[in-house]
Amino acid sequence: MWSWEGFFSYLSNEYIFQGAVTTIWLTIAAILLGLLLGLIIALLRMSNVRAFSTFAAVYIWLFRGTPLLVQLIVLYTGLPQMGIRLTVIQAALIGLTLNEAAYLSEIIRAGISAVPVGQQNAARALGFRNYQVMLYVVLPQAFRIIIPPLGNSINSLLKMTSVTSVISMEELLRRTQILIQEKFMVLELFAVAAIYYLALTTLWDFAQRRIEARVSRGHKTNVSLAEQG
Amino acid sequence: MVIDVRNVSKSYGDFKVLSDCNLSVNSGEVVVVCGPSGSGKSTLIKCLNGLEAVHDGFISIAGFNLTDQHADLPSVRRTVGMVFQNFELFPHLSVLRNITIAQEKVMRRTREEATDKALALLERVGLTTQKDKYPSQLSGGQQQRIAIARALAMDPQVMLFDEPTSALDPEMIGEVLDVMVELARAGMTMVCVTHEMGFAKSVADRIVFMDKGEIVDDVAKNDFFGGNASSRAQTFLRKVISH
Ligand SMILES: Nc1ncnc2c1ncn2[C@@H]1O[C@H](COP(=O)(O)OP(=O)(O)O)[C@@H](O)[C@H]1O
Ligand SMILES: [Mg+2]
Repeated sequence: MWSWEGFFSYLSNEYIFQGAVTTIWLTIAAILLGLLLGLIIALLRMSNVRAFSTFAAVYIWLFRGTPLLVQLIVLYTGLPQMGIRLTVIQAALIGLTLNEAAYLSEIIRAGISAVPVGQQNAARALGFRNYQVMLYVVLPQAFRIIIPPLGNSINSLLKMTSVTSVISMEELLRRTQILIQEKFMVLELFAVAAIYYLALTTLWDFAQRRIEARVSRGHKTNVSLAEQG
Repeated sequence: MVIDVRNVSKSYGDFKVLSDCNLSVNSGEVVVVCGPSGSGKSTLIKCLNGLEAVHDGFISIAGFNLTDQHADLPSVRRTVGMVFQNFELFPHLSVLRNITIAQEKVMRRTREEATDKALALLERVGLTTQKDKYPSQLSGGQQQRIAIARALAMDPQVMLFDEPTSALDPEMIGEVLDVMVELARAGMTMVCVTHEMGFAKSVADRIVFMDKGEIVDDVAKNDFFGGNASSRAQTFLRKVISH
């Protein structure tokens, strides 16, 4: 039988709430580290040096072509065989970051490619060095372009963190399962977890819309300018 | 000599964009480059600041040997201003920031020095009141004048213009040409790709006519307009003027 009492008590349960907090910081850490690594992979992918771009292509192929679940299990239970022992938190964070970087690098690369080449010429003509062209001219414009897909990535990642429960990372889903094993309130507890996930993704959707509105204010893209020629 | 181009050639595969070009420009000279579309004018001008590499020949500009393998191109480019057909202002930066950013990051000027310089240049191009706007909020003519100010902020020894008025509505061409004329009269060394023959007649010292990657004519303005240009150039001139 469904117990409303159980449902409401777990909705405000400290143990579950802390699990949701873990889900949030895991998402934030993985997106920040993933962006950094994704940027490096994207730049390698676009490099004129064949070895770099091949390495990046293989990386992307590998991490997008295998399930996150498998990557996590290899990191946590496979690597010790090679003498590398990761804690649960390390394995979860590294796994999510490596996986996320593969997806983000493609988004970043598309964003960089969407900045008209004339912008790079203009920056070079002013004497900017290559890294400055990227830093001051290309990346800020690419960033504006990638905000919508990046926001969607964060939404997926919020839910994808639940996969780390298989290596016993104590995030929201894992803690829900632990309580289920003790209390046998399967539906009530899963409903509570679902509500937490919905609240997080809904909050993020709202934040994303605010960010998009703010960033596009005052600026049109320069696509219309590029087309004038 | 500010610019010295000797026997420069460049190809894309089998296609010769530039073939055996020679050009020299002295300090304070204004050279107008014209020629049919696809004749290699943009390519030539981009070779002058190393935005395009040449395959053969020698280029020196503002005291740098560009064709030296070890030439530090960013150092060359900071002394060579360039203005593009599509303005290429940075859309994510305000007008003021467009003019100060390279001064700070490339020339290592302080924010105050860079801002003072930018404000003086905005005054010169008549756009002081637009300093806090973003490029997309300005007309084409205004954007191009800002682009000229941005290039001038680096105290260039020479300015390169690649069809600075061809993307503009006709009523805005004058305001950009006025700025260029003033610059020429102030003694700036300039290479301008343009089909504005009125501009050429009033301030150019020499006219260079290009066709199919070759420099066909390189003559004094009066000779060019006085009927001493090549027959190819004269045919071209008739088309431009009847336009
Ligand atoms: N990256 C490139 N690859 C192949 N052909 C090119 C490239 N850039 C320019 N061209 C060709 O070189 C010729 C000269 O171009 P350009 O210098 O832009 O001429 P113009 O400025 O006189 O119109 C054109 O026919 C153009 O199609
Ligand atoms: Mg051109």
